[in-house]
Amino acid sequence: MSTETVADDGTAFGIDVERVALYGTLVGLIVFYLLPIETGLMTSLKVGPYSSAPFLPTLEASTTENYARAFDALSSGLVNSFILTIPATVLSALVGSMAAYGLTNVDWKGQVGVLALFIAGIFIPYQAVLIPVSNFWASIVPLNVWFGPIAEITPGLEGYHFDIFELVITHVAYGLPICTLLFRTFYKDLSDEMMEAARLDGASIAKVYRRIVLPLSGPMFAVVLIYQFTQIWNDLLFALVIVGTGEKEMLVMVALARLGNTLSDVGVGLQMAGALLTALPTLLVYVFFGEQFAEGIST
Amino acid sequence: MRDIAKSAKRLVGLGQSDEQETVKTDGGEPVDGPANGSRLGVLRENLSNQDFRQSAPFWLPAFLLMGLFVYGAILWNLALSLTDPSGYGPVDYTQLDLDLYVRAFNDASFVQATINTFVLLIVFTGVSLALGLVVAILVDRNIRYENTFRTIYLLPMALSFAVTAQFWLWMYNFENGVVNLLLEVLPFVDKVRWFANPELALAAVIIALIWQFSGYTMVVYLAGLRAIPNDHYEAARVDGASTLKMYWRVIIPQLKGSTISATVVLMVFGLKAFDFLYALRGTYLPPKGTDILSTLMMREAFSNQNFAYGAAIGVMLFLLALSIVAPYLTYQYRQGEL
Repeated sequence: MSTETVADDGTAFGIDVERVALYGTLVGLIVFYLLPIETGLMTSLKVGPYSSAPFLPTLEASTTENYARAFDALSSGLVNSFILTIPATVLSALVGSMAAYGLTNVDWKGQVGVLALFIAGIFIPYQAVLIPVSNFWASIVPLNVWFGPIAEITPGLEGYHFDIFELVITHVAYGLPICTLLFRTFYKDLSDEMMEAARLDGASIAKVYRRIVLPLSGPMFAVVLIYQFTQIWNDLLFALVIVGTGEKEMLVMVALARLGNTLSDVGVGLQMAGALLTALPTLLVYVFFGEQFAEGIST
Repeated sequence: MRDIAKSAKRLVGLGQSDEQETVKTDGGEPVDGPANGSRLGVLRENLSNQDFRQSAPFWLPAFLLMGLFVYGAILWNLALSLTDPSGYGPVDYTQLDLDLYVRAFNDASFVQATINTFVLLIVFTGVSLALGLVVAILVDRNIRYENTFRTIYLLPMALSFAVTAQFWLWMYNFENGVVNLLLEVLPFVDKVRWFANPELALAAVIIALIWQFSGYTMVVYLAGLRAIPNDHYEAARVDGASTLKMYWRVIIPQLKGSTISATVVLMVFGLKAFDFLYALRGTYLPPKGTDILSTLMMREAFSNQNFAYGAAIGVMLFLLALSIVAPYLTYQYRQGEL
């Protein structure tokens, strides 16, 4: 909006009282939104978290020992989470893009109904599907049991990697509705002329996707990849039910939530260091791709 | 997700024109006329449509995977909820009844969890909307460094519930938590044991969730404010309305659409608060006074092995979500139609 919001009579000594109040409130809000995180950061660097106000920097020597201990406790979880998040993010974006293309830029009857089913899938509370999903991976398609013998003779491959693979498939399945929708809103606005011209020249549906649609999808891939990376990295629910709480196979969010159960004498400093370490990948993504993140969540 | 219904509506419009086009462009092939509306007719027409056959590899695998995990699982869950509890033994699907639903409504912990769920949904959504609206209006007043402010306000939303739960545990710490230090500064208030007190624990959780998600509401409202034409502000100004009156009478009523879509998304977030509550303790038992339907469902199913009962609670959660989302999609659809 571009209306002048400055009242003419609100000035004193060249300073506008209303503007000062406005910026004061905005800065106050920054304190509100950053304080819990800032407090965590300060506390994670202190030797004695109870010796001074939690949000103030330490007066004595700071310590990085909390981070060393947190890293020891969470490193295998961090590795597992990367093994999960990277393939699941890439796969869901790719499959979502293909589905959106098949449902948007190619004409056939009934695609509206198929799309409606995709969209409704966005709002599912996962508690309504969790027991069947865990049964499915435990007794109908137990990849861990089937491929366990292969894992035993392959160096570097462990049985629990197949549990993580099950989790990859699960995240792709539940991420597809939103990915498909995000790509669909983008593909709808692509110009049809180029695609039609290519079709008239005899290009197949697949060729149009590879040569025209996919190269144009870059910006939307950025949005979807960032959205999915954040969602899958941050997930606790599926990680807890499908992979579980075993020491080797835990994903990092589960490991963080259970830090107090696995380690003895967990201090606040260690907990804060663990939380920040776990949040680091999503924080970095947010700092560098904040615009794409905002676009993903608000579409 | 503001645009979901809009695109759903557009897609219906597009679908219709698609059908006409299909008939036109495929003039060379024998096509069933639109009069033949039977499903079999549509299927036969589609199968003879080369585009359909070529496009199937693109959307069909995704549709089958999603359909199996979403709709297949919902149906299986529904069937499971109608069986009788069997512990670890095989489930008997021949005797289906509503016993577990009856049991739920006679179960004090279920009733309490339902009340807590509604309190959480209503207070969390209401306050997040109000706070997000105020922040959006402030950010919209031609400020400098708008991007920086917006980015910081939205930052908590990029964090996992498992992470924010750790931060808030420390914020609410009895001896040296920031919240209690603030209370000490204020007159007449004393330090409080937030999570040990069942009367306060739910409020503490709701405050943390508001902190995390009000930035989202701000983004939605900001987009809504930007869509209002400038002359509406100017007209109100010419009429001599004060700034407060202008927002109350002219601007806020135009944000109805933003309010409705933000409400739906916040409620869906609220239903997912399990992650936060689990991470507070690292167990399926959240602090006393904060048990909601999603934590109760998880505890019954994965801690007490009452899978059938857990499934019944899951079905009720699904119905709750449906009762929020279905009217929303219908409303948006009608809005677009008119």
